[in-house]
Amino acid sequence: MKDYPVLGKKDTRSGFGDGLLELGKTNENVVAMCADLTGSLKMGAFKEAFPDRFFQAGIAEANMIGMAAGMTIGGKIPFTGTFANFSTSRVYDQIRQSVAYSDKNVKICASHAGLTLGEDGATHQVLEDVGMMKMLPNMTVINPCDYNQTKAATIAIAEYEGPVYLRFGRPSVPIFIPEDMPFEIGKGIMLNEGTDVTIVATGHLVWKALEAAKELEGKGISAEVINIHTIKPLDEEIILNSVMKTRCVVTAEEHQIAGGLGESVSSLLCRTIPTPQEFVAVDDTFGESGTPDELMTKYGLDAVDIVSAAEAVMRRK
Amino acid sequence: MADITQLKSISSQVRRDIVRMVHANNSGHPGGSLGCVEYFVALYFEIMNHNSSDFDMDGFDEDLFFLSNGHISPVWYSVLAHSGYFEKSELATFRKLNSRLQGHPATEEGLEGIRIASGSLGQGLSVGIGSAMTKKLNGEDSLVYTLHGDGELQEGQIWEAAMYAAANKVDNLIATVDYNGRQIDGDVEDVLSLGDLEGKWKAFGWEVIIEDKGNDIESVINVLNKAKTLTGKGKPVMILLRTEMGQGVDYMMGTHKWHGSAPNDEQLSNALSQLEETLGDY
Repeated sequence: MKDYPVLGKKDTRSGFGDGLLELGKTNENVVAMCADLTGSLKMGAFKEAFPDRFFQAGIAEANMIGMAAGMTIGGKIPFTGTFANFSTSRVYDQIRQSVAYSDKNVKICASHAGLTLGEDGATHQVLEDVGMMKMLPNMTVINPCDYNQTKAATIAIAEYEGPVYLRFGRPSVPIFIPEDMPFEIGKGIMLNEGTDVTIVATGHLVWKALEAAKELEGKGISAEVINIHTIKPLDEEIILNSVMKTRCVVTAEEHQIAGGLGESVSSLLCRTIPTPQEFVAVDDTFGESGTPDELMTKYGLDAVDIVSAAEAVMRRK
Repeated sequence: MADITQLKSISSQVRRDIVRMVHANNSGHPGGSLGCVEYFVALYFEIMNHNSSDFDMDGFDEDLFFLSNGHISPVWYSVLAHSGYFEKSELATFRKLNSRLQGHPATEEGLEGIRIASGSLGQGLSVGIGSAMTKKLNGEDSLVYTLHGDGELQEGQIWEAAMYAAANKVDNLIATVDYNGRQIDGDVEDVLSLGDLEGKWKAFGWEVIIEDKGNDIESVINVLNKAKTLTGKGKPVMILLRTEMGQGVDYMMGTHKWHGSAPNDEQLSNALSQLEETLGDY
């Protein structure tokens, strides 16, 4: 299978911070707002370089989202930053009315998504955010997989006119997407071609999907691995082309099954090519305190879980 | 200053529009709309520098207005139409299927004059602050105006925004509270008292002006002009504008009952008999 050398290890939130800093230099309309989590969101460099374009909202996320919507009137492109749970569930009505329904050019940038937030526990481990955000008309939902892709996505969404939810995480994870790979909103990436099973993964699960594919190869199973970074709008073509070949699919994500990428995929497939599918995702439960690795193992989001799901779904063909 | 007689004449027609629009589809919010007529007429015909003939979402070098208590959309739609943002005949579509005049203001169908959706309460002050900050970044000296219901101040987001605007010296913003003392369930005092409202805004760091004659066009113009003189001095400005819910229609005044109810045919005739048709009904 195609080899993806590990180029290093870094957190995806640093990709956001570095992308934002670059945008600060290249696009004077980009402004940044943060709700008392500048360090966690890696927004410090932007704040230091462009103090006039950085707005500290304090611990008042609803106001931050409303202000961001207002700032778009007159041409600014606000990037809001806070944890994923405070970026979504806490401010859902503000996003719904002032951003999505009003179709404002706000970029809602959310860190510490999912179980890999770790020790802080379930209060902070939002696993429902993708579902909430993808349900909103006008909203684009993006969940990049490593530092390079997050940086590229951050830069790309400034060029796109409209509301975007950009989801990334806390832990240091392998960098394997080439730095120069272009980021195209709504376009999936074929990471490995295969014939027996399709694995569609997003976020931190993409690297695990590649690890799983390697293990499956050892067992004589040829896995196709697709990276869906844009959950909405979904790249239907790349998924349909793949399942027409493999006739079964595993979806993998750090999110609830309900509302996640897997549901988007199954919704597509049941309307086009009904296909056996297995979900590697959290099954209707909250998380808990623990290290990111411990949590991913306990809640069944490891490479080994993808391998089992692939074997299970192939039996259902 | 514009001719006061003329502004009163516009106000009377706007009131007719409001009751007719709400009656025509048997839904909407006449009470607060009638109470805020003088505020809207003063704002759009005297106070704001705005371009009604060539609407631009960004509103560069224009004063901007945001309605936070979106349910009083009838008064806004009528005043926008009379200001020339869109044809008065479109008022007949209010709350009907396929209309640009949604029950609560929306941007989706590109209705000229509307820059953000409102209706879910408490969000407009934040939006106004954001817009005011963008004007500062763009080097404009235009002002941003917002209007809020007094019941709406029960929403927590208002106070997040109040804190932010004062702490960050957003002083190109003039917010107004429609201080009519009534909300859907009854008197604000009984539903959830706002306590010392003037003291609250002052304590949050705002410049506060109280105007008791919120339904007297000259007084409203004067207080808005006074508010303008207070901008640019490091503090956001708040006007607590005492109005009468249902002003102009006797049976709608002195009660909260016409907050969100439409008059029937007989009640409409009664209301219209109290409001002179000055500019022609739509």
